[in-house]
Amino acid sequence: MKAGDGAVPTGMLAAAAATFRRDVVLAFRRPGQMFQPVVFFLIVTTLFPLSLSPQLSQLRDISPGILWVGALLSSLLALESLFRADMEDGTLEQWVISGQPLAVQVLARILAHWTVSGLPLVAAAPLVGASLAVPATAFGTTMLVLGLGTLCLSGLGAAGAALTLGSRRASVLLSLLVLPLAMPILIFGARSVDLAILGEPTRGPVLLLSALTILTLSLTPWAAASAVRISLE
Amino acid sequence: MATWTWFHQLGSPPHAYRIAGRFAPWFGWGALLCIVYGLFGGLVLAPPDYQQKDAFRIIYVHAPAAWLSLSCYTAMAVAAFVGLVWRMKIAHAAAAALAPVGASFAFVCLATGSLWGRPMWGTWWEWDARLTSQLILLFLYLGYMALRSAHDDLQRADRSSAVLAIVGVVNVPIIHYSVYWWNSLHQGATVMKADRPSMPAEMLVPLLVMFLGFTLFQWWVLCTRLRAEILDRERNARWLQTELLDGAR
Repeated sequence: MKAGDGAVPTGMLAAAAATFRRDVVLAFRRPGQMFQPVVFFLIVTTLFPLSLSPQLSQLRDISPGILWVGALLSSLLALESLFRADMEDGTLEQWVISGQPLAVQVLARILAHWTVSGLPLVAAAPLVGASLAVPATAFGTTMLVLGLGTLCLSGLGAAGAALTLGSRRASVLLSLLVLPLAMPILIFGARSVDLAILGEPTRGPVLLLSALTILTLSLTPWAAASAVRISLE
Repeated sequence: MATWTWFHQLGSPPHAYRIAGRFAPWFGWGALLCIVYGLFGGLVLAPPDYQQKDAFRIIYVHAPAAWLSLSCYTAMAVAAFVGLVWRMKIAHAAAAALAPVGASFAFVCLATGSLWGRPMWGTWWEWDARLTSQLILLFLYLGYMALRSAHDDLQRADRSSAVLAIVGVVNVPIIHYSVYWWNSLHQGATVMKADRPSMPAEMLVPLLVMFLGFTLFQWWVLCTRLRAEILDRERNARWLQTELLDGAR
C-alpha cells in the first residue's frame, strides 16, 4: 500500500500492520521485561539436572519433556499482560469502535506477542538443549517445533487472557484455563524432539503440530475477539 | 412459527421453572428404579467375568459415569452456544447448573477407574489413554467453574464462560485423539483393550439399564439445579414471589 502526501493508509491489513508494529516497538523499548521469560526458561531447565541427576545419558532421555514444560511455563508468564494494559488505557475500546474487524487486530497482537516472547525462547532452545545433552543434529527440529508450539500457545493464550480480563486473580486462572488446552501441543512437540534426538524421521508429529497451529490461529482470534467484547460491555 | 413457541417459552424463567419442577419427579423416580434394577442385575444376577472375575462389576458405575461426564460437557457447550447466540438467560443458567454435575461424574469415573486398576493392573494409576483424557476433561471442568466464579458480574461470568465452553468443546476431540496417539507410542495394549468376547445379555442388559438410570439421574439433577439457579437469579422478580406464595397456600 502506498501512502502519498501524508495520507494515513487505512484498511484491515494496514490497521493490523500498525498494531503489530506498535506492539513490537513497545516491547523493544523495555528489553528487560521482554527477556524475563527467557531467563525464567533458563532457570527452570537448570532445576531439573540439579534435582534429578547430572548424568548426561539420563538427561538425554527426559530432555524433550524438560524443554517443553519449561517453554510452556515461560510463555504462560508473558500471557497475562497481553491485553491488560490496553484494557486499562482504553486502547481496546478504540479497537472495537475503529470499525476494523476485531479478530484481525487480535491476530496481529498474537503474532506480535509471539515475535517478542516466542522467538526469544526459540533462540534460547539450542543453549538449553546443549546443556541437557541434546545432540546438535536435533537442534533444527527442536527450534522448528518450539516455534510452532509457542505460536499455537500464543493463540490459545490470547483467548485465555481475553476471557480473564475482567476477573480477579487472573494469572493463576489463566494457567488453569490454558494448560489443559495446551496438552496436545506438548504431546506432539515433545514427541518430535524425542524422535529427532533418536535420529528418526519427525515428519508425522511436526505435520500434526503444524495442522494444530493453523487450526488454532484460525479459530482463537474469533474467540478472543468475542471475549474482549464481553469484557468491555 | 408455531413449532418454535415451546423454545421461546422455555426461555422465560417462570415457564422454565415450572416445566423443570413438573419433570423433575419423573426423572428422579425413573432414575431410582433404573439404578436399583441395574445395580441388582449387575452386582448379583450377572455371572462373573471369565477373566476378571467379580472385579469387572465396577463397570456398572464406571462406564455410565464416563459417558455422562462427556455428555454433560457437550450439553453445557450447546447451552452456552444457545445462550451466546440467542442471548437466552435460561441457557446460561442451564450451563452453570450442568458444570458441577459433569465434573463430579468425571471424578467418579476417575475414582472408579483407579479402584478398578488396582486389581487389574496392580496399580492405582496407569497412564492409560482413556483415564488420561478423562483427567484432562476434569481439568477443563475445573477451569470452566473457576472462570465462572472469578467474575463478580453475573452476565459477564455467563458470557465469558460460554466462550470458554465452546473453545473447550472444539478442543475435546483434539485432546482425546492426541492422548490416544501419545499413549499408543508409549505402551502396548492393556487388559482393557484385550480382545474379549462380546458381553452376554445378562451382563449387558443391566449395563444398559444403568446407562439409562444415570442419564435420568443427570436430568433430575439438572432440573433441580436449574430451579435453584433460577431462584437465585430471579430472587427479586415479582413472579417468583407470587409463585412461591401460591405454592405455600
